[in-house]
Amino acid sequence: MINKARKTLPALAALALGVAPLAAHADWGGLNMPVGVTELSKQIYSLHMTIFWWCVAIGVFVFGWMIWSLVAFRHSKGAKADTTIVHSTKAEIIWTVIPVVILVIMAIPAARTLIAIEDTRNTELTIKVTGYQWKWQYEYLDDGISFFSSLDRASNEARQLQSGIDPASVQDYLLNVDNPLVVPEDTKVRVLLTAQDVIHAWWVPDFGMKKDAIPGFINELWFKVDAGKTGTYRGQCAELCGRDHGFMPVVVEVLSKADYAAWVARQKAAKAPAETAPAEAAPAEAAPAEPTVAQAATSVPARKG
Amino acid sequence: MANTTHADHAHDHHDHTPKGIKRWLYATNHKDIGTMYLVFACAMFFMGGAMALVIRLELFQPGLQFVDPGFFNSMTTMHALLMIFGAVMPAWTGLANWMVPMQIGAPDMALPRLNNFSFWLLPFAFTMLLLTLFVPGGSPAGGWTLYPPLSLQAGDSFPLTIFAIHLMGISSILGAINVVVTIMNMRAPGMGLLNMPLFCWTWLITAYLLIAVMPVLAGAVTMLLTDHFFGTSFFSAAGGGDPVMFQHIFWFFGHPEVYILILPAFGVVSEIIPTFSRKPLFGYESMVYASASIAFLSFIVWAHHMFTVGMPLAGQLFFMLSTMLIAVPTGVKVFNWCATMWKGSISFETPMLFSLAFLFLFTIGGFSGLMLAIVPADFQYHDTYFVVAHFHYVLVPGAVFAIMAGVYYWLPKWCGRMYNEKLGKLHFWLSTIGVNVLFFPQHFLGLAGMPRRIPDYSTQFADWNMVSSIGAFIFGFSQLLFVYVVWNAVKSGAPAPQRPWDTARGLDWELPTPAPYHSWETPPDAQAVARGVGH
Repeated sequence: MINKARKTLPALAALALGVAPLAAHADWGGLNMPVGVTELSKQIYSLHMTIFWWCVAIGVFVFGWMIWSLVAFRHSKGAKADTTIVHSTKAEIIWTVIPVVILVIMAIPAARTLIAIEDTRNTELTIKVTGYQWKWQYEYLDDGISFFSSLDRASNEARQLQSGIDPASVQDYLLNVDNPLVVPEDTKVRVLLTAQDVIHAWWVPDFGMKKDAIPGFINELWFKVDAGKTGTYRGQCAELCGRDHGFMPVVVEVLSKADYAAWVARQKAAKAPAETAPAEAAPAEAAPAEPTVAQAATSVPARKG
Repeated sequence: MANTTHADHAHDHHDHTPKGIKRWLYATNHKDIGTMYLVFACAMFFMGGAMALVIRLELFQPGLQFVDPGFFNSMTTMHALLMIFGAVMPAWTGLANWMVPMQIGAPDMALPRLNNFSFWLLPFAFTMLLLTLFVPGGSPAGGWTLYPPLSLQAGDSFPLTIFAIHLMGISSILGAINVVVTIMNMRAPGMGLLNMPLFCWTWLITAYLLIAVMPVLAGAVTMLLTDHFFGTSFFSAAGGGDPVMFQHIFWFFGHPEVYILILPAFGVVSEIIPTFSRKPLFGYESMVYASASIAFLSFIVWAHHMFTVGMPLAGQLFFMLSTMLIAVPTGVKVFNWCATMWKGSISFETPMLFSLAFLFLFTIGGFSGLMLAIVPADFQYHDTYFVVAHFHYVLVPGAVFAIMAGVYYWLPKWCGRMYNEKLGKLHFWLSTIGVNVLFFPQHFLGLAGMPRRIPDYSTQFADWNMVSSIGAFIFGFSQLLFVYVVWNAVKSGAPAPQRPWDTARGLDWELPTPAPYHSWETPPDAQAVARGVGH
């Protein structure tokens, strides 16, 4: 059995070494959950990693036990079965109590994070998000800003059946919208969720939050993007909502507080003279100040190629 | 009809086997009905598998190459319905039909005509469901969970789907009643409940679960039906209803359903591992109690399927803790199987290989299940490919592998012929490699942020999707080998000895090979019972 292990181990090592450079060079995307940019997302990530390592530890024990038995007690090597081992109250108590202890150890931080997630007090900005088949509507309840957000044109053309357009040539394929949600950094934002037709789910992995948007009901979630983490964060609808469920991304633009205030002012100014088409006019105004917003607003990416 | 007089004269000898189509249409024999269940399950497995391959073909690379997104949604929905209600559940009922009377020392199931009825409902149910592929609006595309309001947007497929589900439910309930009545009334003298083989035990518990929850599903889909056609608004907020209420009712059925699919697998594996470890099962009684605990807990964890709908904090905490608790009895089972192998004398025939793969890979599914129980983390995992990977790990190398292990294990006793061990092992390795290449990368996809049930994805998910699709084709096509191995064994396998596995214990192995048409016409003697129950 040791001989066999000697033969197998180098083979496994060679395989691992052979695969490693391949994995390093290819674009395999993320293998793990993003750590994210909010306090909650970081707590969730750490819960995820803690439970993962518990599973690894239990796995090493259980799989080690199995593999040991399979190697050591082989019929083909003349192993004789010890048929007296059929019951042990002591062992059974041990392997009932230890898992219970591990579960309690896990449940405490999980409950603590959950309580923080549900604490929607002292929010500074409230945005109502409404899911439609297949787009999102964002309404800034305090500032009277409102617009729709749907899949950008470049993605939409490429995603048609047999479009002939290579998705790799489209920037942020299926993860880009015409008008992103704009929020300030370092601000506790409350999101009120509902839907107009069927159930959708609003999800930004980097914020750690996902919640269903249910017609006739209002759900709420909150996030607070860490100071200095301005940028664009992308997610998708996460509840099957019909034919184009895969084509209603969520894009959030996080601005500094000053830029955000300027953005709000521009939205309001744009709304005042042009009452007829506020949603259309609004995002275009942002063009000179914020290149990222501008790119989303003009739909067809100017920076492409 | 003219033939009936002829048939009436042919009852002179007891072991008369009806010939031709009548043997199957009028079947009351548990083995014939069991065979029909298994063949039917196999047919549905391939049909549902073909749909899965359509899904993996479209997901092979980003962009839409082959199917419309609406049809893609139909494929995911129909794949799930066919695999759950058409493949796995009937396969378990088929195995119960074959094995329960043989294992408890009975001549047949207690209610043979009910048995016939419960099988023959299924072809009609699934014909109706499959017909939806050809009606205006196409097959149901709102997911197998049928969440309103989306499921109410279906076209002409809607009533067909609902009635098909009703028929499947009636069939399952009748099958379950038959198992309960058989086990409670027809055990051989001397066989107490705690002497039964574990497969009978897990099936008994499964049967109670079925009787408890299938009516709940029937109620839920009936409310959908009246919402759609008769203007009720159980699930419409506009009329004072609540779409989330459907999810609560559905998962009150749905979570016990998960254990309906996996408990009999625990039973099969608990038979096979001792046989090929040449040692009795470790902790028989704790296995029984663990199965019962899992079944009980399955009734109080349902809302962990829907943490993102927005529940009160207390509710989320309750369902998190109750879900985590399930890890305890499940852990007891895994430890007992390990202890059974410890200091055994282990050999690696095909049924054992499939059981070992079950043990390893079901445990991986259990780990991801534990992770999913952590509510804050579940907010990230929910409705992503991480969930898809999780439930396929417990259902494919879990339930499906256990079914295959059971078929390889008992086939020699059923037909009196051995299967080809080399081909069986080849089937095992292709399946195990295929299933891991198929589902393991889906963990990565889910964690990286790919939602489930989407026909097209952002390019960052391209590589692992391609790997997953390659695994799907390896796994899918290697199942043709399974059919060949079974067919080849039945037609031209080497004759099997009376005890094909030298240390297999239980009344099923006391019967001659192949097992007689009416299993135990006279109850087994006390010695045979005692030999079978030596744990």
